[in-house]
Amino acid sequence: MPADVDTKIITRQFGNEEAKNIEVYESLGGYRQLRRALGMKPEDIKAEVKASNLRGRGGAGFPTGVKWGFVPADAEDVYLVCNADESEPGTCKDRELMYWDPHQLLEGMIISAYALGARNNYIYIRGEMMRETPVLEKAIADAYERRYLGEDVLGSGFACHITVHRGAGAYICGEETALLESLEGKRGWPRLKPPFPAVVGVFGKPTVVNNVETLCNIPYIVEHGSQWFADLGVGRSGGTRIVCMSGHLERPGVYELPMTLTMRQLIDDVCGGIWKGREVKCVIPGGSSMPPMSADELDVPCEFDALMTDERIKPVEVAPGVPFDMGGGKELRTMAGSGGIMVMDDHTDIPAVCARVVEFYHHESCGQCTPCREGTGWLAKISHRVAKGEGRPGDVDLMASIADGIAGNTICALGEAAAWPVLGFLTKFRAEFEAKIKAPKEGAAA
Amino acid sequence: MAALSSAERAEIDAEIAILPDARSASIEALKTVQRHRRWIDDDALGAVAEYLDLSKHELEAIASFYNLLFRKPVGRHVVLVCDSVSCWILGNEAVKQALEDSLGAAFGEVTRDDRFTALPMQCLGACDRGPALMIDEDLHGPVQPADVSELLRRYP
Amino acid sequence: MATIWIDGVSYEADPSRNLLAVILELGFDLPYFCWHPALGSIGACRQCAITQFRGEDDHQGQVVMACMTPAAEGARVSIDHASAATLRKSVIEWLMVSHPHDCPVCDEGGECHLQDMTVMAGHTYRRSRLPKRTYISQDLGPLIGHEMNRCIQCYRCVRFYREYAGGHDLQAMGTRDRIYFGRYQDGPLESEFAGNLVEICPTGVFTDKTQARHYTRKWDLQTAPSICTHCGVGCNINPGERYGALRRVRARYHGAVNGYFLCDRGRYGYEFESSDRRIRVPLAPRGEQNQAEELSVQAAVTRVAKILTSSRRVIGVGSPRATIESNYALQRLVGADGFFHAACAEEHRSSLAALDALREGPSRSPALREIERCDAVVVLGEDLTQSAPMMALAIRQAALAIPRSVAERQGIPPWHDAAIRESVQSARGPVFLLSPAPTKLDDLATRVYRKTPRAIAAAGQAIARALDPQVPALAGDEMDRAGIEEIARALTVAERPLVVAGSGTASEAVINAAANLAWATSAAREDDRAAELAYALPWANSAGLSLLGGAPLDEALAAAERGEVDAAIILESDLDRIAGPGPAERFLGQVRHAVVLDHIAHPTAARADVVLPAATFAEGHGHLVNSEGRAQRQMAVFSPDEPIRESWRWLREAMMLAGYDEADSWTGAEAIAEAAARDHPALARLPDAQLSADFRLGGAKVARAPHRYSGRAAAKLHLNVLEPTPPRDNDSPLEFSMEGSPVLPPGKIETTFWAPGWSSPQALTRFQEEIDGPLRGGDPGVRLIEPAGEPFAYRDVALSAPSPELAPTPVVAAFGSEELSALAPGIAALAPRAFLELNPRDAASLGLADDDVVSVRARGASARLSVRLEPGRAQGTAGIPLGLEDIPVALSFAGELITGS
Repeated sequence: MPADVDTKIITRQFGNEEAKNIEVYESLGGYRQLRRALGMKPEDIKAEVKASNLRGRGGAGFPTGVKWGFVPADAEDVYLVCNADESEPGTCKDRELMYWDPHQLLEGMIISAYALGARNNYIYIRGEMMRETPVLEKAIADAYERRYLGEDVLGSGFACHITVHRGAGAYICGEETALLESLEGKRGWPRLKPPFPAVVGVFGKPTVVNNVETLCNIPYIVEHGSQWFADLGVGRSGGTRIVCMSGHLERPGVYELPMTLTMRQLIDDVCGGIWKGREVKCVIPGGSSMPPMSADELDVPCEFDALMTDERIKPVEVAPGVPFDMGGGKELRTMAGSGGIMVMDDHTDIPAVCARVVEFYHHESCGQCTPCREGTGWLAKISHRVAKGEGRPGDVDLMASIADGIAGNTICALGEAAAWPVLGFLTKFRAEFEAKIKAPKEGAAA
Repeated sequence: MAALSSAERAEIDAEIAILPDARSASIEALKTVQRHRRWIDDDALGAVAEYLDLSKHELEAIASFYNLLFRKPVGRHVVLVCDSVSCWILGNEAVKQALEDSLGAAFGEVTRDDRFTALPMQCLGACDRGPALMIDEDLHGPVQPADVSELLRRYP
Repeated sequence: MATIWIDGVSYEADPSRNLLAVILELGFDLPYFCWHPALGSIGACRQCAITQFRGEDDHQGQVVMACMTPAAEGARVSIDHASAATLRKSVIEWLMVSHPHDCPVCDEGGECHLQDMTVMAGHTYRRSRLPKRTYISQDLGPLIGHEMNRCIQCYRCVRFYREYAGGHDLQAMGTRDRIYFGRYQDGPLESEFAGNLVEICPTGVFTDKTQARHYTRKWDLQTAPSICTHCGVGCNINPGERYGALRRVRARYHGAVNGYFLCDRGRYGYEFESSDRRIRVPLAPRGEQNQAEELSVQAAVTRVAKILTSSRRVIGVGSPRATIESNYALQRLVGADGFFHAACAEEHRSSLAALDALREGPSRSPALREIERCDAVVVLGEDLTQSAPMMALAIRQAALAIPRSVAERQGIPPWHDAAIRESVQSARGPVFLLSPAPTKLDDLATRVYRKTPRAIAAAGQAIARALDPQVPALAGDEMDRAGIEEIARALTVAERPLVVAGSGTASEAVINAAANLAWATSAAREDDRAAELAYALPWANSAGLSLLGGAPLDEALAAAERGEVDAAIILESDLDRIAGPGPAERFLGQVRHAVVLDHIAHPTAARADVVLPAATFAEGHGHLVNSEGRAQRQMAVFSPDEPIRESWRWLREAMMLAGYDEADSWTGAEAIAEAAARDHPALARLPDAQLSADFRLGGAKVARAPHRYSGRAAAKLHLNVLEPTPPRDNDSPLEFSMEGSPVLPPGKIETTFWAPGWSSPQALTRFQEEIDGPLRGGDPGVRLIEPAGEPFAYRDVALSAPSPELAPTPVVAAFGSEELSALAPGIAALAPRAFLELNPRDAASLGLADDDVVSVRARGASARLSVRLEPGRAQGTAGIPLGLEDIPVALSFAGELITGS
């Protein structure tokens, strides 16, 4: 049965300060799915997860079961790492999941670790999440006490340990391979793939990295079965979706919703519409790295596949009439990303927003590969000067050209994260940029 | 106070214990020292390097990668202001200005009474509560410019 | 082999390689930065973009990095396809956004990989008008300049320095477009291999500070293939000369020996050549009223001939740093009985024992690059980083052999450096180090044992005995059973085990124990193969001199003491440095006449009757035999000013005048080498080490200077308005000028390594038979020593009697211990001050503390040294620096501490 607006699965304890207490969690049925899972064969859990159409909630939407399947069958030491380094601007859901319902995450993680045969597991949490870290640490301590964690989980013989590892302030460490480097105590440099972490991960061992929200769903898949979970969603996306509604809204917030809702329904029905009685101008649908949507593109369901393919969304261009090529001639519309939906009203200065977005990715570029390191810096400087009204003729084309050069040509996705929104803003709001560019002074260089 | 205190050593040891080797604890060790000393001065960096059997050069390479490892002095309270686009569209520029005005110090500087240092952070991940800022471990948001001086008063 | 298509044409390719290597090997131009054949691929610079197609019908393709793409069967790629070409152009444009326009004043200019790649990628117009980012550069010491503003962040420097060479003090700091490559703070780079950054860096961030003092562009340098003269490893070098002086030394690729690299002693030691202690004219140091008197060639030769004819017994002191030719000439002059080595007894015995072990047993001496592929290593005694740095660098690679094979089993291709590092993590070895004191290889060792040299020999023998019960038992300080078995097992199960020792412990027993250990592995292994056996000998020609035979210096001194010597011809050595001023002075007083041939003035020369100015390695021709037993040819880089000439030519002239007819036939470098080869069966293949002087390409010789060489007509204008005729070279196929065959010569006599579009050291791929393989047409040099095989008799390991005295143990310093390089100002600045290193417990029991001054004495030599405590030093040893000024070598080998009253 597809989820409706009232279906709350993993956010049901939001607002309940008691639920982080292990007794309360248990009394609400907590850790029962762990007991059930320990009675299952690991392969069966993996098969269930695969069949459930659970897709990674970190941003890429990769099927979780498929990711788990990449771990070599004969792997000895496997690590499971929970990616709690949520730092994509516009995204603030994992923070809430960990704060309100930490045991839900732990239960999901322990079940997953059991399925993967992972003994040592980490939660890599953002350094800025200072409120959530002690909550998690307390939950882990309690779970050890009740033998949900330890050398012998619930007498099953399965050994499972979870350690919280705090980040130190680097957006790039949300990229799973950079996260692993950081976990190893190094500079958070993304790795080239292949080899994938499932083959060579942390400390040289096979590693699965899953997002907080992804893992929180696992107990419910065990409880209700893969079919139930798949049915909640649409198409190849199972379950509900948490969206983080921010920006110029009457009621911003974190909402668990069915994937069938359109962007316009989210804004008007869920969040009470645009603030101050204004009109919507632009929406970023999945964290600031995704191409924006203009006001006339908002009747598309806010779901992974629809946002990528629905023809009502204008494809991103590198120049008017020239579509951006994602490789193999594939067009780019936008993506659901991390569920961070940023809504902007009709008073918004789009070139300034663009500059702010680029500045973020420039600042957080790890500096490893050339297009991102040099390209984002150049792009940021040009974007800023355009935003400040100091742009020069040709700057709009230059921005598009730099962004086009970066996209698809970097080691990790940070290159796209910087380039796509720029190309998207230029595609949909080009006139605003051009209007900001003043005529050059007499004799000034181009 | 170059040498690590016994408390610092104990905390670093606890991190090393849960990792395959000491060098993997480098980031945590730096954060430990920072917790105790507000920021990581050259002596502290040297002491941590020695303790983890790393060179200062290696440890500086790590320290210089992370935004939350402070290699310059900060005040008793650190104010992190979210500087991401989601807070920007909600007016964080005005909050930042109010903060500088209240502190009488620019971003990155220590106030004359050694009480505060404000730092812009690329994103605090509190987008539904923008404009957001953190003072020490407390997240505040939405913050209006007018709220700033009252907020600061809570951190003597 | 796999079939791949490049721009529609099919080629055969090795599927274990990446496409960048294959494409370069096929002769295509494809720009790149972060890849290096020795460092592998990390896919970071994104410069080597190509377009890959899914099949014949795919015309759109996808941009991939050639360095990250295997040359898999059926791969279809395009270099010319627009999408890849556009990206390549963009990448260069990005890199140039902040790169300064300072090529005219940059030391890299003219051999800059970034210049080459900018042209190759077609970036001709800078769209950015933004201010460029700037950095504050650092003072990295006397050898290496630093100009961070030129950096393009390719990461090759830190990858070489940290991952390849094991350094810790060069790091990438910061993030985004503010990455900084440098140290925590200003200061000399600590690695003995730092100088390679000059060649590794694709642009002018790291430059040669010594060259900067007498700067010359690559195209104005005259070069010739040469061999480093500063240790026994025998790395190949390309020295560059202009206006009669060396300007720099660069690594010369050798597929089997040093590959792409050099140590800093080898790279920067050359400045001894222009030291103010150079001897440039014949001298009579004790002329009228004991005043030094310059002599004409005629007068000098006549004086020497007179000494020869008037003396009853003439002895010769040969030199381990002089060529085979010069030593051979001297040996012929004085006869085998009168030929001694400028080495004290311990060093002499070690070298001889090493040579014997290599000739008599079943173990082969590996070339450096074979050492890199060894997968279990035991080092007995030697501090290789200091005594044979490039051998240490090779062992650093060997330590990765096993961890890399694990990565390979995970499906990671051997060139994928980034993934290999992720897989390997900190795994190293097995490498076992037994040494008297901490070494810079300790960080990669599976296990480190600190022992006295005597105990090291005993331990080596004990491990050998664990492998083969036939090995005689020794009573001595053995190591624990588990340790013995661990090493024995490692040597047994390895694909390619290696045992290393050297003369650095001054212990013949260690040399012999190492041989026994290597040989004994054959008894324990299923394949019956003995481990490889590598010795680090101290001098560039220690092995060659040992092959000629002769007695140690101590015996020469003893003979003089007995009044049996009338005259001594001392070849390229300072006896004061070896035996100490007292014994040397006594010796020169006892012999009636002394002749010294050398490049540099020293106390021994000052006491001679005649001093003859000998050509340095860069000024003359000759052969050296390295520790591996490989004979290699040094070719003169330039023709020195008269009357400097090779020592053997001086000897020849004097011999001819004195009636030694044999010398007549030594008409040139090749003639004397052939004579030596005829006389000494061990040297029979010497003439095969290089192409002979009559080699021609299209009737012409090969130019030493590139065709862009400028200013020749004006170079000596201040002396004569007529341009002098370039000197002739009858000794090699090279010409002292830029005139030469336009045909590309065989790699072994290539002088410039310069290909169209490739001006930097990266041009090398154009001169290799395959990437990382031998030079085109084969590497130069010839191995003289091959193992005898079975049967063999284990060598006698004679342990000295246990003694309560501290065992003197040389402390070798990469910078300082070698006589010639120590005269180079940059090296001298990094050399340690004299000290006496003790374990704190030993010091305590002697009542000594840090900085106390102690007298050390041996064989009539003495020195006062201040104590330095080193907790890592084995108890029972006294570390005495080798070869430093004011510490005669004899003290380091045999010094006795004078304590108490």
